Amino acid sequence: MAQTAESLQPAKRKSHSLPYWVEPTFTVLALGLFGLYTLWLVFFQSSGQFHNYLSPFFSPTESWGIKVLPAIWVLWSPLLFRATCYYYRKEIYRGFLHDPMSCAVPEKRKHYFGETRFPFSWTNLHRWFWYVAVIVLVFLWIDAVQAFIFNGHFGVGLGSLIMLANVILLSAYTFSCHAFRHLIGGGSQKFTCADGRPTTRYKLWNRISAWNENHGTYAWISMFFVWFTDVYIRLLMHGVIHDVRFF
Amino acid sequence: MPEDITLSVFRGDKGGGDEVEYKVPMQTGMVVLDALHFIQAHDAPDLAVRWNCKAAHCGSCSAEINGSLKLLCKTRVDDYVGEVIHVRPMHTFPVIKDLVTDVSWNYDMLRQVPAFQPAIKAPFTLQQRDVDRIQEFRNCIECFLCQNVCHVLRDHSAQDRYWGPRLMIRFAELEMHPLDTGDRMELLKGAAGIGMCNITKCCTVVCPQGINITDNGIIPLKERVADVYWDPLGGLVRKMHK
Repeated sequence: MAQTAESLQPAKRKSHSLPYWVEPTFTVLALGLFGLYTLWLVFFQSSGQFHNYLSPFFSPTESWGIKVLPAIWVLWSPLLFRATCYYYRKEIYRGFLHDPMSCAVPEKRKHYFGETRFPFSWTNLHRWFWYVAVIVLVFLWIDAVQAFIFNGHFGVGLGSLIMLANVILLSAYTFSCHAFRHLIGGGSQKFTCADGRPTTRYKLWNRISAWNENHGTYAWISMFFVWFTDVYIRLLMHGVIHDVRFF
Repeated sequence: MPEDITLSVFRGDKGGGDEVEYKVPMQTGMVVLDALHFIQAHDAPDLAVRWNCKAAHCGSCSAEINGSLKLLCKTRVDDYVGEVIHVRPMHTFPVIKDLVTDVSWNYDMLRQVPAFQPAIKAPFTLQQRDVDRIQEFRNCIECFLCQNVCHVLRDHSAQDRYWGPRLMIRFAELEMHPLDTGDRMELLKGAAGIGMCNITKCCTVVCPQGINITDNGIIPLKERVADVYWDPLGGLVRKMHK
């Protein structure tokens, strides 16, 4: 049996790593502040548009006659997609619920049901929220393209590049998802055609598996970038800063 | 003169016990298991420690070293220069004596997993790409560090509701086999209790074989359970496809 490369290395000195409470504390602060900012947008902001730049928190603008606060109309699906995401679940259980706070750190809570009861059993619906998140992503790509059209002409502003980076990062996060990895090929038992060649599902699964290794990184970066994009557009809307036009 | 290191080793049995300190001269390349052997040879011949290969292959010498869950034979003492090395038995399993714990529950559960049910009779030829996935799981050396760190078993003693990461990997190995025809989803969701896992990934962190237990084993199994119990539309599509 082959030995893994990791096991050939001398054991890492654990005392040099960060204290166990650092990661859960960061999670609570980051997700908590993001949650508060989102609530502020939902209840106190009705728009997120500056000329051809549209905040990702307010896209799509079309509500097809459904009467609901603009941000709520958009945000429920990405938020549920993230809340049920396998990566965020780990962070939420560790940071907010201390189930456990870190590995081999004793838990104080006595009753534990895991994901067998409501509301946590609903995390099994993750793939459904993925489907909706993909629809929202289509609108965000349309917005990103429109961010390069100034009065009917192609142009590039700093905001255009920010919106493009934002939608690329969101796409990386969405398509590196564990549920998508399963749906695209992980659910198969065989990866080889009758003629010995790899199946298309195998190739796709292999590619998504490689992306999936960085799913957590994409989760954080895309979340912070959505936040940054909205702040940038909001500062433009209030005239605090001016957009840089490259051409 | 070699520098002395101090080990504080748990001595006791199921009735209780406490840590006892021993001084050991440090040697180049020494691992904690070497130090325990020195203690056995010079200070405490009755010190109980389970070991076999001393090469991270047999999975016998699992223990807790300064709060980290490790193999004694893979943990170098020079990682702890200037510190006392506290060595304790695995917390999740009943202590038999000193560092030896009773891990038989794991084997009892393994026997309850329905065995491989091939679609055709052996011998058969398989493509490497079809078995790459399950070969990762077959690297398991059954050290049970993942079972030890799993908070469902460790903190909540829920052995009656969840069989633990090692068993999930056994399920994954069978379910993902290209020729297996068995259906273990009901068992997986029911008695084996995959829903009890909240994917906090500690099992992956401690695995000395580097098996990606959560991402490659447990999460794909959770998705297979979701296929059956949470996705009627997907189930319909699969039936039509068949």
